[in-house]
Amino acid sequence: MRRIVSVLMENQPGALSRVVGLFSQRNYNINSLTVAPTEDPTLSRLTLTTIGDDRKIEQIIKHLNKVVDVAKLVDLTEGSHIERELMLIKVKVTGAQRAEVKRIADIFRGDVVDVTPTMYTIQLTGTSEKLDGFLQALHGTSVLEMVRTGVTGIAKGEKVLSM
Amino acid sequence: MLSGGDMLLRALHDEGVELMFGYPGGAALHIYDAIFNQDKVEHILVRHEQAATHAADGYARSTGRPGVVLVTSGPGATNAITGIATAFMDSIPMVVISGQVARDAIGSDAFQETDMIGVSRPVVKHSFMVRQAEDIPMIIKQAFHIATTGRPGPVVIDIPKDVADPSETFPYEYPETVKIRSYSPPVKGHSGQIKKAVEILMQAKKPVIYAGGGVVQGDGAEALTKLAKKLGYPVTNTLMGLGAYPATDKQFVGMLGMHGTYEANMSMHESDVILAIGARFDDRVTNSDVTKFCPDATILHIDIDPASISKTITAHVPIVGPVASVLNEMLEQVEASKQKIDKEALDAWWKKIDHWRERDSLAVTPAGGELIKPQQVVQALYAATNGDAYITSDVGQHQMFAAQYYHFDLPRRWINSGGLGTMGFGLPAAMGVQLAFPDAVVACVTGEGSIQMNIQELATCNQCALPIKIVNLNNEALGMVKQWQDMQYGGRYSHSTYADSLPDFVALAEAYGHSGVRIEKLSELGAKMKEAFAMKDKLVFIDVAVDPNEHVYPMAIKGGSMSEMYLSKTERT
Repeated sequence: MRRIVSVLMENQPGALSRVVGLFSQRNYNINSLTVAPTEDPTLSRLTLTTIGDDRKIEQIIKHLNKVVDVAKLVDLTEGSHIERELMLIKVKVTGAQRAEVKRIADIFRGDVVDVTPTMYTIQLTGTSEKLDGFLQALHGTSVLEMVRTGVTGIAKGEKVLSM
Repeated sequence: MLSGGDMLLRALHDEGVELMFGYPGGAALHIYDAIFNQDKVEHILVRHEQAATHAADGYARSTGRPGVVLVTSGPGATNAITGIATAFMDSIPMVVISGQVARDAIGSDAFQETDMIGVSRPVVKHSFMVRQAEDIPMIIKQAFHIATTGRPGPVVIDIPKDVADPSETFPYEYPETVKIRSYSPPVKGHSGQIKKAVEILMQAKKPVIYAGGGVVQGDGAEALTKLAKKLGYPVTNTLMGLGAYPATDKQFVGMLGMHGTYEANMSMHESDVILAIGARFDDRVTNSDVTKFCPDATILHIDIDPASISKTITAHVPIVGPVASVLNEMLEQVEASKQKIDKEALDAWWKKIDHWRERDSLAVTPAGGELIKPQQVVQALYAATNGDAYITSDVGQHQMFAAQYYHFDLPRRWINSGGLGTMGFGLPAAMGVQLAFPDAVVACVTGEGSIQMNIQELATCNQCALPIKIVNLNNEALGMVKQWQDMQYGGRYSHSTYADSLPDFVALAEAYGHSGVRIEKLSELGAKMKEAFAMKDKLVFIDVAVDPNEHVYPMAIKGGSMSEMYLSKTERT
């Protein structure tokens, strides 16, 4: 099962490599990873998505907790949460296709953020599922390049992950 | 005002460090000069950095205090890795200080540069790169705090050369307390869980207490013994846990696992409740197929590391906490409990266990004539030392024989690399033990394979006048490899024999300034062993020719349950 694990950790050199190293060392998967400082610049928030059964996820969480730089963490998928990912996609569009692609982008609430006579760069945010859906909708369009940030997320309601 | 190098030595002293092991080199020279200029912290010069880590490890295992190592950058640092990994696998508190190239040279592929933080990352509990000299006192404080609390482990401190520059000085103050906001090891077990465990434990009809290295490292041996005595339940120890419960006590059923006793493994397999304490259901205990593991047992698992609980075997009652405090709390609850132990069931259980004991799975069949069995050497060692020595070992058959035939009644007396299985561990570890306990009898049980992996330390033993006794079970082959080749590879001895190229160990010991004795006859074994141990002030290399065809038994059958064992070359359960 896919999980979103959100980790609050020291914003220190080496902290990220300890977390990432743990995954390769113990043969756990990382599907996506994002990291940036928080409102407290001494702390970083790392969000990763991984796949595993309950036993594996339990071990991942226990081992992440053991990393000295890790202050707190939460498996967001255990409760209701908001997840977002940002995608920038450069597609080749000419002629009648231009209007069609623009329409699809509108349906998905995507923005065309760069235009040339032969291409659009579209920015889209949402859940990974939505981003995947957009890619499917573009089927038949020539994708020149695509970048995704990986998932970040936050718990719904008043629950917060903080020191 | 102190330089970075002087601050480091002052901080080590303020932390209570008396002894460190190391080897100098370019990037560590400022620090070595600081060592020269003080007399509080003693430094032992080894002959290879790996030996420095094992010596510090032996010191830590025998005393319970953290071992301290100092090495230079590059090869000094990488040579230390095996010893760091050894300590990591067995949860041994250790602080390893490595020199690093100067700050402005880092990343430039400078001479003797290696990314020690990166290279050591998978085998340390934590690591620090010192970016400015002012940080040294706090980093030392934090490093020792992390190494010694929670589940202990090695911590690396990488110090760039210019940080220790003697020409720059800074104010020094050693912090009295330390708090790391992202690190808070458990200090007490959950009382509700403990209560639940005690209830199940007292209702047990076929209980067994399975105690591991965590009981030794967590200073829980006394509490364990009290609890076990109060309950009257059988106790088995893991390889790492030997000495956690007195081996000569009648409730002790021996070591369990791959080369455990018949009665220990059978007790585990048929038990209805297992109290696992500071043990991690290692694959050498459970055998390879965990689905067959102890089918009827309810598992109560105490460990300081939550990640050790339900990792391979699901615990029915997990208790995260320091073993000593949890065991004491359990004992209090057992004593206060109105519930009675099922005496009748326990008597029947003991009857069954005694029946298994009658099989005498560690009986030694003499080889015949003057040929010495390796087990007989350990028995002679036990007799010559009255069972009261510190025994270090290397890795292989001799390690198992030592574990099976030397009966450890006290914790911290059996010093071996159980997790990583590091050949070359025994001699340097013995140096650390002997330096910690100058008047104690320290013996290293080894083989002609392992001893050659750190033989150069005979020079350190000479320089420091360490009267270690080396008991070399010389079967002229890599015995454990050969045993597996016998059992699983049709006796094809691929690169496990070298009889024609072994050194004369007696002459070798003498070349290093020590004494040596060669024993080849069974009739001389006891007397010559005693003679060697009577040479109290000398290192004696006791080279014993043993039966080259001997196997270690019992031995778990691959893919089986704990009840499936070979008991000899011709018998199995």
